[in-house]
Amino acid sequence: MKLVIGIVRPEKANDVLECLYRAEVRGISISRVQGHGGELDRVETYRGTTVKMALADKVRFEIAVTEPFVGPTIEALCEGGRTGEVGDGKIFVVPLEQVVRIRTGETDETAVTPVRA
Amino acid sequence: MNGIDTGDTAWMLAATALVLLMTPALGLFYSGLVRGKNTLNTFMMCVGAIAVAALTWALVGYSLAFDEGNGFVGGLDHALLRDVTFEPRDESSTIPHLLFMAFQATFCIITVALVAGAVVERMRFGAFLLFAGLWSVGVYAVLAHWAFGGGWLIANGTLDFAGGVPVEMGSGFSALAAALVVGARKDYHRQALLPHNAVYVLVGAGLLWFGWFGFNGGSGFSTGNAGVLAFVNTLLCPAATLVVWFALDLIRGRQATAIGAATAIIVGCVLITPAGGFVSPGWAIALGALGTLPSYAVIMWRPRTRIDETLDVLAAHGTAGLTGILFTGFVAQTSWNGVADGLLYGDAGTLGWQALAAVATPAYAFAATWVLLKLVGAVMPLRATDHEQALGMDVVQHGEEAYASGEGAIIIEPPDVRAGDRGVLVADPA
Repeated sequence: MKLVIGIVRPEKANDVLECLYRAEVRGISISRVQGHGGELDRVETYRGTTVKMALADKVRFEIAVTEPFVGPTIEALCEGGRTGEVGDGKIFVVPLEQVVRIRTGETDETAVTPVRA
Repeated sequence: MNGIDTGDTAWMLAATALVLLMTPALGLFYSGLVRGKNTLNTFMMCVGAIAVAALTWALVGYSLAFDEGNGFVGGLDHALLRDVTFEPRDESSTIPHLLFMAFQATFCIITVALVAGAVVERMRFGAFLLFAGLWSVGVYAVLAHWAFGGGWLIANGTLDFAGGVPVEMGSGFSALAAALVVGARKDYHRQALLPHNAVYVLVGAGLLWFGWFGFNGGSGFSTGNAGVLAFVNTLLCPAATLVVWFALDLIRGRQATAIGAATAIIVGCVLITPAGGFVSPGWAIALGALGTLPSYAVIMWRPRTRIDETLDVLAAHGTAGLTGILFTGFVAQTSWNGVADGLLYGDAGTLGWQALAAVATPAYAFAATWVLLKLVGAVMPLRATDHEQALGMDVVQHGEEAYASGEGAIIIEPPDVRAGDRGVLVADPA
């Protein structure tokens, strides 16, 4: 089992979701984060104050998957999130020690395998 | 002063301010309907309309609308507000000419801002300002001349109390042309593009309704019966529209929606705009109820098309304005308005001229807007690039965000006055 963390542009989040859906990856959490990945800073002016926005809004996907799904998940994140410009984001894949489904108490691979409501 | 009535003047001063408030209110209404990253740009289009249209109106628009001229367009005798003074503009008027001009200016302003609803989230700000200036003269002033300023419609008896022709049909059908020329947003029909703040939409609609009492109530230009009738009808007609909209929402989706309610307020106010001082309160309620149906239908139909007329100006203003103009031709009543009867009260001719207004106005507004936008497009790009649209118009066009958190913001100007080594701590992270 792996936890795939993908950090993408907010405007690409919908495309990523679509790609994940097509790759049959279910069970996703997202959060809004801010980060900096070397892209050009935006300059904004509010009355007499000019500032450089060093942090850009990003969306962070967290997806726990079994081994066969690691590849497709990464592909979906890349395909949906890529614009070709600096700032498209990163994917981190980390090993998962344990997973528990709260509703049933199921653990590990059974717990990350989605069920229909 | 000769012919000036102080009571009328006092009311018209207040009414003018009420109508001006409608434009920032529209800014709030529109910006709630767009995505958060386009909030400021959308509002700024309305602010820009005030800036541009107030000046073009004083410069030449007022003259083209209200100077005698010919049936199609007014002359230039009032250009730069020449001879627009403290005297009334004619024997029937009881307010200073200058105030009459200012009241009409606020109509031009709100109408220009209305058209912005068709092109938000992708039209470049500079291009919009240029278009706004041209449109206020080339379309609004001409239509205002037709309906208000002695042009061929009013001369033949078309009844348009407060602007079904220039304001509502003028903006609605121009919006359709603008949406087609500027083109759809990059994400249109690829993503769900949802309103980002329904409370803005409701507050904006509420303030628009408030301002509309000046818009319709002031269009009698006095505290006389016509103004009072229009004022009261502006209360009743939108209330009826609200009730019917709730009912349609409940039938269609089992829930009455807030954005639907805000839309209903606008549609109701638009419906009564041409009819205001011409129809009885009872007919105003009927108009509010029946007139909901065409606008509701267009609002359901439009998103299924490829036309990204983003904020449905055609449905809310064009369609409802057209409905109101035609309805007036049926139910205008001399016993209430002292001017003319509609078909139901014995004068079929009125309906004929209403119908002609309902054909000619959309045709002119659509064609003239199309041409003007093609002209602007020949000089400068109309659209932001896909990449800019993705970033959001606020950051790209204005260098600001509506919801800036300040996190990660590094001060460039003014230089840190606390000075010392702190400047090093916030050095360029790259």
